[in-house]
Amino acid sequence: MTNSSITNPLREMMKRFVLRWLLYLLLCTFALYYMMPLFVMITTSLKNLEEIRTGSLMSLPREITLAAWSTAWSSACTGIQCEGLRPYFWNSVLLAVPAVLISTIIGAINGYVVAQWRFKLSNVLFALMLFGCFIPFQVVLLPMARVLGMTGLAGSISGLIFVHVIYGIGFTTLFFRNYYVTIPVELVKAAKVDGASFWRIFFSIFLPLSLPIIVVTVIWQFTQIWNDFLFGVSFSQAGTQPITVALNNIVNSTTGVKEYNVDMAAAIIAALPTLLVYIVAGKYFIRGLTAGSVKG
Amino acid sequence: MSPILEIKNLNKNYGPTNILNDVNASIEDGEFLVLVGPSGCGKSTLLNCIAGLEPITSGTIRISGRDMTHVSPKDRDIAMVFQSYALYPTMSVAKNITFGMKVRGIEKAEQDVKLAEVAHLLQIETLLDRRPAQLSGGQRQRVAMGRALVRNPKLFLFDEPLSNLDAKLRVEMRTEIKKLHQNLGASMVYVTHDQIEAMTLATKIVVMKGGMVQQIGSPAEIYMRPANLFVADFMGSPAMNLIPARVNMNGKGASFTITRSAAPPLVLHDENIKSLPDNVVLGLRPEDIGDASLRKGRKLQISNCHVDVVEPAGADTYVLMTLGGVEVTARLQAETAAQRGANMEFTFNMAKASYFDANTGERLN
Repeated sequence: MTNSSITNPLREMMKRFVLRWLLYLLLCTFALYYMMPLFVMITTSLKNLEEIRTGSLMSLPREITLAAWSTAWSSACTGIQCEGLRPYFWNSVLLAVPAVLISTIIGAINGYVVAQWRFKLSNVLFALMLFGCFIPFQVVLLPMARVLGMTGLAGSISGLIFVHVIYGIGFTTLFFRNYYVTIPVELVKAAKVDGASFWRIFFSIFLPLSLPIIVVTVIWQFTQIWNDFLFGVSFSQAGTQPITVALNNIVNSTTGVKEYNVDMAAAIIAALPTLLVYIVAGKYFIRGLTAGSVKG
Repeated sequence: MSPILEIKNLNKNYGPTNILNDVNASIEDGEFLVLVGPSGCGKSTLLNCIAGLEPITSGTIRISGRDMTHVSPKDRDIAMVFQSYALYPTMSVAKNITFGMKVRGIEKAEQDVKLAEVAHLLQIETLLDRRPAQLSGGQRQRVAMGRALVRNPKLFLFDEPLSNLDAKLRVEMRTEIKKLHQNLGASMVYVTHDQIEAMTLATKIVVMKGGMVQQIGSPAEIYMRPANLFVADFMGSPAMNLIPARVNMNGKGASFTITRSAAPPLVLHDENIKSLPDNVVLGLRPEDIGDASLRKGRKLQISNCHVDVVEPAGADTYVLMTLGGVEVTARLQAETAAQRGANMEFTFNMAKASYFDANTGERLN
């Protein structure tokens, strides 16, 4: 009994130490596993075609060249045009930025109303919006094409913005509603007695509280819209295609040798903005997702 | 002069559910009205109706003689303090207090003067730059009061403002609110479920249950002459003893027979009562039952009873016995010699007794 009580703490410590390092090992293995494709993409994009053909997939480039990146950005062929990703990148920016902003603003206002200014059918309204989140993209393609045709927005970037805003409202409303519902209703009551109007309460009290959920919504919407392919390919035409469509065209329009390095560089370019958004706003993302009630 | 607040025939329904049923109440300038009742009795809803935060189904609400029934909260000349304080989380204490003035477009210089006044009155000058999250419960409470005081309204509304505080702070803040009321001479409506808060603060109490007003009166009236069994049971701690009794009317008033399980029935007399039904509920406050050896009364009736439990509570000692099939509490002086399981002489002060109809629960005397 006395013997074991002396050795036990030591053994406990050893056990914890070993377990801890086993855990690290496991985590590192997973991290490596997940980083492998990125590694292959980056190294391949930095090799020349000769090296890709002769070397192994996993090997580091013997000679680093940025030629593939420059080709992907400005001269790769998407079908018959050979302008690279550049014009399409800007198409995507012109599409994603307004669509994200508009859908976030509408979501904030909707969420504010549904959570704090309940009216007779507000729950029904919210349920219907929520229902919108569960409708697959494919279902709305044909009706949306009709609507865009009738409103004269077909094939334009404005049309794509419209589609993404409509499709995003369900999600953004849900995010803001769930955030605002944790704010005590007495706050609105107090502000009402103080004489503040609907908009005053929104701008002076609710919006300053909303940074975490705004970040969550922006990341979510930006990722969705930037990465969208189906709406992009369905509702755009030659000059208005977003980057995802262009990437597809670059990869699939081969003349002669398949330029893997260009494909890889193009794919990374297409993914960079979302990566950047995560890195910049990531810590708010976690904070926003876990943010519970606002204690006043 | 017209009353500060006048509520007439107020009804409120949520769909088919009747939340408030024909409420009538009014207060004069400088009065402190407390709405008290168990949770779900509609007292907070009534306060929200007065504030204009809840629409009413029928009836009228007048503030200083003006019909405010359909006026929006901001134009009712009221200020409100909430249970959760409802401080604006992203604003400093100073901004919290001046927000109402800012919204109403009052000059910055005037805002600052009023802010300084209120901060001084509530002793929160050192807190003005802090955020609500950095304050303790008591400090938040003060800021919430400051936000109301700075407006200098006709009517203050308090919605259970002390129930989030710990017991000690609650008593302190209670006294402060009372002082504030006395110093400002302001008119206040105060909602609480705590009957002690109601008794200590109010100049007038409205006791509610199930959306209906049970009794309106001064704290003394409510305590001494409860209108029915509910009020008798709800107000006062420990509660009023409500003992079933059989009545015998004779030429010299009434005598009450109270059954006991292990002893002959207890018989008490009241000469000042003219008529009563055969079965009543006799209401006696714990302090109206005393230790016969310590209390020499002129008209006190003495009887020998069996002591079940003795609970010393410092200043008083509570003694529990069983009379008429119910548990009866007596509040005795701390020096009492009461012993558990022993018999003892008790005094019954029938001059203070209340009688209730055994069926309807209404007061009879």
